[in-house]
Amino acid sequence: MNTKAKGREGGYNCVVCIKQVPDTKKVTGEAMKADGTINRAALPAIFNPEDRNALEAALRVKEMYGGTVTAIAMGLPAACAILREALMCGADKAYLVTDRKAAGSDTLATSYILSCAVRKFNPDLVFCGRQAIDGDTAQTGPQIAEKLDFAAITYLEDIEMDGDFAIATRDIGTGVEKDRVKLPALFTVTEKFGELRPYEVRRVMKYKKAKAPVENGGVALEGDFAIGQLSCDDIGAEADRCGFAGSPTNVNKIVSVVLAGGDYKEVAATDEGVKALVDELVADHTIG
Amino acid sequence: MSNFYRDNSDIEKTIDALDLSEVAELCEEGFRFAKEYDFAPADAADAIDNYKRALDVCGDISGNRIAPTAEETDKVGNILNEDGTVTYAPGIALAIKLFGKSGLSGATIPYYLGGLNMPCVVLTACNDIVSRADASLMNIFGLQGIAETINQFASEEIKKEYVPKLCNGTYTGAMVLTEPDAGSDLQSVKTSAYQDENGNWFVNGVKRFITNGCGDVLLVLARTEPEFSDGRGLSCLLVEKCPQVKVRRLEHKLGINGSPTCELVFNNAPAKLIGQRKRGLITYVMSLMNGARVGISAQGTGIAEAAYRAARDYAASRKQFGVTIDSFPALRELLSEMSVELQASRLLAYYSSKCVDLEMGLTKKFDSLKGSPEAQNVRKRMKTYAAFNKMLTPMAKYYASELSMRASNGAVAVLGGSGYMKDYPVERYLRDARITTIYEGTSQLQVVAAIAGVMAGLYRDVVADVLEGVTLDANLASAKAEIDALLDDVDSAVAYVKDHPEGKLYHDLHARQLVDGAITAIMAALLVRFAAKYAEKAPALDYWLKTKFTTVRAELQKAKSGFIASVTDFEKLAPAVPAAD
Repeated sequence: MNTKAKGREGGYNCVVCIKQVPDTKKVTGEAMKADGTINRAALPAIFNPEDRNALEAALRVKEMYGGTVTAIAMGLPAACAILREALMCGADKAYLVTDRKAAGSDTLATSYILSCAVRKFNPDLVFCGRQAIDGDTAQTGPQIAEKLDFAAITYLEDIEMDGDFAIATRDIGTGVEKDRVKLPALFTVTEKFGELRPYEVRRVMKYKKAKAPVENGGVALEGDFAIGQLSCDDIGAEADRCGFAGSPTNVNKIVSVVLAGGDYKEVAATDEGVKALVDELVADHTIG
Repeated sequence: MSNFYRDNSDIEKTIDALDLSEVAELCEEGFRFAKEYDFAPADAADAIDNYKRALDVCGDISGNRIAPTAEETDKVGNILNEDGTVTYAPGIALAIKLFGKSGLSGATIPYYLGGLNMPCVVLTACNDIVSRADASLMNIFGLQGIAETINQFASEEIKKEYVPKLCNGTYTGAMVLTEPDAGSDLQSVKTSAYQDENGNWFVNGVKRFITNGCGDVLLVLARTEPEFSDGRGLSCLLVEKCPQVKVRRLEHKLGINGSPTCELVFNNAPAKLIGQRKRGLITYVMSLMNGARVGISAQGTGIAEAAYRAARDYAASRKQFGVTIDSFPALRELLSEMSVELQASRLLAYYSSKCVDLEMGLTKKFDSLKGSPEAQNVRKRMKTYAAFNKMLTPMAKYYASELSMRASNGAVAVLGGSGYMKDYPVERYLRDARITTIYEGTSQLQVVAAIAGVMAGLYRDVVADVLEGVTLDANLASAKAEIDALLDDVDSAVAYVKDHPEGKLYHDLHARQLVDGAITAIMAALLVRFAAKYAEKAPALDYWLKTKFTTVRAELQKAKSGFIASVTDFEKLAPAVPAAD
């Protein structure tokens, strides 16, 4: 991490997209409905783990270089729980994007709606968790970047700022890659990003009282205690690109795949033997 | 990994059973802070909800972040560098950072100094949770008494300089009391302090066994009045880490390896006087020590919790003779005993903390009410709790620390050969537990501290206080009758000891049995209160009445036996060891 001197005047406007997900670690028999979608009622709802890392990344940028952190969650009013948690962690503002029209959105529609919301805040940096533990697609972040025409940096492990550029450290599996990227840019963040900060008890005491209008009889609370609320109309999202209407994905069926060892084959420990194995693996597309 | 608050519902239940509404109101001074701070609670329910949320944060840090580091911390310990600085084990350094950032390092400190203004009972619960994760960390996390002492007794200027930094983890502190020749007997402290012509204080001397002596803020007990050779010559001075203070040695200990135990040399170290001269030992250190004892009652409880869980889990999965070993009656007995004693220990630790909160809160309220008609009543209650605390704090420390040894010893027994190996944490629990009956006053000294209250029959008032407002159904009423019968037995043993012709000798010899009798009755009352709120706790109460009452009555019989041979026939019973050739 570098010094503040390498930031810029006024710091950076960071937006973090967070999602409330069913705690899939606690999956039981009733976790899946007959239509292949998740039975959210059977599982406790939590802050998607890698979104905590995304929030951490934004808070670090703010801590080091100044600026603001805004958390956005799309979902049912219950998702306000994780917006409160984001505020307790250190986010300055929180917004719930909620609308009946958004129901049933796949990653395409979700990324469209979130991109409309994010655009409203005119951010320098957008952070998303690499993927959510319910869908595991890892598509939403990059799709938001595409729609906003931002550079997309996936698998973020560390970040420093240098004026109008970010220097991003990415996990590429076999090592790391450092990218210098012009802002605005979007980053998807992995669990390897740093050490999560604990909740600050004073903020917990304060922001437990934060509410969105939908939780408060339609009335917005005052000042810091207000969680913003945005509908599809508020963010200028077109109805036919939201929800079921905007979602081409159909879950055909869900299969429980159990990986198990099968047959084995001995390969001669010679150059020829290894070459033959590689050729075979390339031919059946296991590698290459 | 799990959240050590959320996965242990007994913590919340204990808090709810004790009802902290009055504590919250006193702590928040009638909730006047809500106007000044947007995070301060508006009423008792809001405050108690905050307490639980603070514990939730503590449970998250302890369970998810610190517990996984405990084994490594135990193994690597702390390192004394050549330049006299100390490098903490990585897990300890992480914990200091996380607890500082969360604000929990200033749990009981007022808002304006950067704290959370929470009652002692919340700190006790935090210490319970932290100790389950890593008992050695509690010795640093639990040193909040340093900030409390500065807050209570130092000048506003010193408070503002040090307390906020102790709350946010920038600083850690140490209470610097013990010397090579002044352990339990602190009156003989030799470390001295003098003032130069400009009124600046300087400290000289050697201190030993100083927990976290490498910390930034040292509260040093030193002799400022050479003309007094006893406690009246001692004052409390604040020394900030500086080149004139050297850590000369880190002790190699049996347990709590994450806690750096330092030998410190002060060589004309600049110091600031805390409060008034001559009151160092008599007022400030006694207050500090009482707080530390409350802390150990939580530490012992937390270690017992960790030990119980390891043992209970292992017994449920380990198969011998074709069945899991938890199906054997002897193990069921051992584990039931551990669990019931653990619940009782937590109740006493939290209840005694609550009484500390009531004493402190009522004292503050009395000061603000002076002269009004209500003041006399407040003063009366304040005095009641002050008297309770003189007895209850040492009782809680004594019971929990002894329990932590029994429970961790029992856990090693349940795990058998595996328990003796370093592959399981229970041997660490046993090593960590061992210190708890020694420091902040040995068990024998806790008995000495508690016995005056017992001789005065104070346990009856405590039992009445515990049961006040509790609705008793038929079963609980019969439990209450059993408690009354035990109280009669304790009374009778107390009377016997009082009247014994051997006087002080007999009194000293049998004080422990009397204290045990009183503790057993008080615990029973707490369990009645617990069972009145949570029906599922009825078996624990019943177990207590059926087993503990029997054994403690045998102890009380011992007190009434008139038998003093261990003193009079000492040389025969415990022959002197012959000199080596």
